[in-house]
Amino acid sequence: MFYHFGKYVLFLKRVFGKPDKHSVFLNQIIKEVDLLGINSLGIVLIISVFMGAVVTLQTAYNIDMPFIPKYTVGVAARDSILLEFSSTMVCLILAGKVGSSIASEIGTMRVTEQIDALDIMGINSAGFLVMPKVIAMVFITPLLVIISMGIGIAGGYLAGSLTGEVPAAEYVYGIQYGFRPFYITYSLIKSVVFAFIISSVSAYWGYYTSGGALEVGRASTKAVVTSSIFILLFNLLLTQLLLA
Amino acid sequence: MIEVKNLSKSFDGKQILKGISTVFHKGKTNLIIGQSGSGKTVLLKSIVGLHLIDDGDIIYNGKSFVSMSNSQKRKLRQDMGMLFQGSALFDSSTVEENVRFPLDILTDWSLEEKRDRANFCLERVNLKNVNHLYPSEISGGMQKRVAIARAIALNPKYLFCDEPNSGLDPKTSILIDELIKELTQEYDMTTIINTHDMNSVMGIGDKIIFIHQGEKQWEGTKDDIFNVDNEVVESFIFASDLFRELREYHKNRK
Repeated sequence: MFYHFGKYVLFLKRVFGKPDKHSVFLNQIIKEVDLLGINSLGIVLIISVFMGAVVTLQTAYNIDMPFIPKYTVGVAARDSILLEFSSTMVCLILAGKVGSSIASEIGTMRVTEQIDALDIMGINSAGFLVMPKVIAMVFITPLLVIISMGIGIAGGYLAGSLTGEVPAAEYVYGIQYGFRPFYITYSLIKSVVFAFIISSVSAYWGYYTSGGALEVGRASTKAVVTSSIFILLFNLLLTQLLLA
Repeated sequence: MIEVKNLSKSFDGKQILKGISTVFHKGKTNLIIGQSGSGKTVLLKSIVGLHLIDDGDIIYNGKSFVSMSNSQKRKLRQDMGMLFQGSALFDSSTVEENVRFPLDILTDWSLEEKRDRANFCLERVNLKNVNHLYPSEISGGMQKRVAIARAIALNPKYLFCDEPNSGLDPKTSILIDELIKELTQEYDMTTIINTHDMNSVMGIGDKIIFIHQGEKQWEGTKDDIFNVDNEVVESFIFASDLFRELREYHKNRK
């Protein structure tokens, strides 16, 4: 474990070296924003709408008591979505989708000697391939999380209204009641950290792949597992640091 | 000129290269031959700096590669072109983009100048009307030629080829060999080729070194090959009936 940690730190040092050409670097970032971020929008929307709906209905069924006002469901759903689901849940899904894609892309480049070809040209291959991905992820993930928050809350509204469990007016009142804007800041801070973990950890496993197709698959699995564990660990640390 | 001095390399305690010393001359096609697993690719990748060596030195035109700083190494690498065994073309880029890639990153040329150079290099390797195609849409032989075009895009002083004929039919192999030979003379490059193809050895081998189990067993020219008196080298070179007959013919002619 310490071996990989040390190697990961040295890898990051190479990743954040000076880019070879800024115009090419900017194009790479735009390409990665599209590839890693915009292409993930669909799955984020689907997960968020269902997540919001389920959280709202479960809360409504569990606090179905006459002395607890219905708007409490809106408050609970909002806080669950803002604090936890839209950042942690969405980032865990991105660790699966984006993390495996980064690891397999870079891993395949490694085993087909494309990374060696970059090195031979005198290009910092780690910086050229990984830094645009990290920057793109750190930039786009908070946006995806904000979209997820809106869609999640809208999903809760739809589920509550359509099932008749939470009247629309109560839900709308609930999601505004006692709102603390810091919850959004907290969630965005987490999403930036998680985005860095997903992109850099997955790239690390891909970059140091050796062998063939089987090892690329293994690197992809390791990327998802390691990223997910670190997301959960940092979720705990950041919650303690920011909310305690 | 590239000089290799007492080069050693091991992986996980297993010594792969054992004190190899030799000189690769400018304007010549220098061949490293040997059986699969003999250490040819490790030697080639050590020479270009893709593997850190344990001991010894590599001298590029009188300058020690080992004692160079990272920035000096990166600068030197801009004088290197390499043809990889599997071509190593970028899958998501077209043929033209692949050839233009080193120019995009390492030069300040205009797009038109870069396109002209890419077209020139592609024409030089006898490829036309393939600029817009992706590597997966062209044949293995064409991929090798695109990789050669990319390798020569920056007018390199050194060309390294790892198994340039692997996976190619005999006719295409000869074309690739001839192309490498022509380019070596045209650009006055120091070319090092890894191969176990005896047709290449006899066709373009200006200088040949034979590696066996990480040690240099023999070196000479293709004309010296018929007078080899090393058993290991002999068993490799004259493994096929064709080459045994060729040796007999050569002896009888004398």
